[in-house]
Amino acid sequence: MHAIEKILARAAGKDRVRAGEIVTAAVDLAEINDLYLQVIQSFEAMDGRAVWDPDKVAFVFDHYSPPPTPKAADNHRLMREFAAAQGITNLFDIDAGVCHQVMPEAGLVRPGMVLVATDSHTTTHGAFGAFATGVGATDLAVVLIRGTLWFVVPEVVKIELTGSLQRGTTAKDVVLRLLQEFKADGFVYKAIEYAGPALADFSIAERMVICNMAVEMGAKTTYIQPDHKVQEYLAARGIEDYPLDATDPDYEYAEVYEFDVSQVEPLLAAPHSVDNVHPVGEYAGTAINQAFIGTCTGGRLEDLEMAAQVLRGRKIPSGVRLVITPASREVFLKAIETGCIQDLVEAGATVTSPGCGPCIGIHQGMLGPGEVCISASSRNFPGRMGSPQAEIYVASPLTVAASALRGRITDPREVMEEGS
Amino acid sequence: MGKLQGRAFIFKDNVDTDQIYPGRYLELTDPKAIAAHAMEGADPTFAERMRPGDIIVAGRNFGCGSSREHAVIALKEAGVGAVLALSFGRIFYRNAINLGLPAIRLAAEPGVAEGDLLTIDLEEGTITLANGEVLTFAPFPPEIRKIIQGGGVIPLVKSEQGG
Ligand code: SF4
Repeated sequence: MHAIEKILARAAGKDRVRAGEIVTAAVDLAEINDLYLQVIQSFEAMDGRAVWDPDKVAFVFDHYSPPPTPKAADNHRLMREFAAAQGITNLFDIDAGVCHQVMPEAGLVRPGMVLVATDSHTTTHGAFGAFATGVGATDLAVVLIRGTLWFVVPEVVKIELTGSLQRGTTAKDVVLRLLQEFKADGFVYKAIEYAGPALADFSIAERMVICNMAVEMGAKTTYIQPDHKVQEYLAARGIEDYPLDATDPDYEYAEVYEFDVSQVEPLLAAPHSVDNVHPVGEYAGTAINQAFIGTCTGGRLEDLEMAAQVLRGRKIPSGVRLVITPASREVFLKAIETGCIQDLVEAGATVTSPGCGPCIGIHQGMLGPGEVCISASSRNFPGRMGSPQAEIYVASPLTVAASALRGRITDPREVMEEGS
Repeated sequence: MGKLQGRAFIFKDNVDTDQIYPGRYLELTDPKAIAAHAMEGADPTFAERMRPGDIIVAGRNFGCGSSREHAVIALKEAGVGAVLALSFGRIFYRNAINLGLPAIRLAAEPGVAEGDLLTIDLEEGTITLANGEVLTFAPFPPEIRKIIQGGGVIPLVKSEQGG
């Protein structure tokens, strides 16, 4: 069996499961973000009374942090009241950050667990060896009542990464390269396991990036075999007790691919789809109105450091907006401590409170008609960040910072050669 | 699970949930208010032009992207009878089943034009096209059929809760 199958089998109380089978699995953590008052509405519509296990439930207020409208503020209020009435103490309010950063930081994510959240980027937590997947509000409400959910055991695709990243390229470029190859529906309903020597070199943050954007290829979940880096990350948060599953040597993957990451160059996804991927150089010179660094894909300390590396001691042109949204409070505090926030603000950045920022087109840096944005986020769908007539290019934090510096789309290797 | 009949509205590949239901309306919680924005990001005239029972016919990966259940609520409340597509984003697909919106996977391009009248028999697994041609689709697995027959997961779980 694959490690994912072992996780599902344990959660379903079975000895064996196989791909295609529908199992009912016990859920270890169910997270609800602040887009989904619908969870509570569905819970009540199903006559839900007590949540099955309040300690296994978390609320994260990230998309509307702080609330941009009275309605959003009221939705938060209703969620706080629900959490209090149900004895749910894992409530991360508007100061906390994006759920996919906040949950691991808070020590809620561990190998071998079944994690569902009302967010498609829940695939991120495969970086820690969890079975993690996004669900809708009503599915989540069912979990609140039953503590279980049905899943189709997925086929697993293995992507082996070899080589090492070249200067100016990042984990983001690697996942864009995969999107270029496999397209937005490449792995619908399937699981992706990332492996190989390059993967072993990747930091936790880099692993989270490639697991996060696996959903842009349609993947249901991701998996990375936990190693000493994961163990150290968890130990630093006091977590030492968890199952470590391993894939059996005779497991047959549905597909196996190998990618040499040293062949990857800085890439971007051009409007309006995540798989419209090209070398940054092909779009070099395109004038931008906004550059955005943040989100559950590109707002970690490592991402802000990359941006600061490009922008330190320099200034972005007037008329260009550089919006920086730290992924979490912890990231924000560390970035203050390392001085990178100061460097970015001095270069002309506007720093917002931790959370999703303008990623989902609600507030804090929306785009007007005809505007062009280059973003370290994950999605460039029409209207994603405001006007459907705006154009969004998705790229690495290095490329975004280099483009902010020049006011036009720029291969980061150019400005890295000049300066740092 | 009976018969459905409606006019086809054609959409392309990879229609994501931001197009089905733009992010700026996510704070809405009243289904009627949500329905007013159905498909707005892909076709701003859709909500006005469609009539209850009409059918969305899309390409590959319909409903990819975010997990927002609003996308399904918008279509269902607007009265969309069914969504036919070559494949679906998996969270959209689950949400559709949970809320009782038939999401039907087609094996091949159906050869349907905008406005064609389609008749879907969920029991038989058939789609009758305007020209009389009949397409078939694989029946839902029993676990999922149970949810659809129960009118979605909400009445099903509710009935388990007892008085
Ligand atoms: S940062 Fe963007 S992609 Fe991530 S959870 Fe928030 S809205 Fe979704």
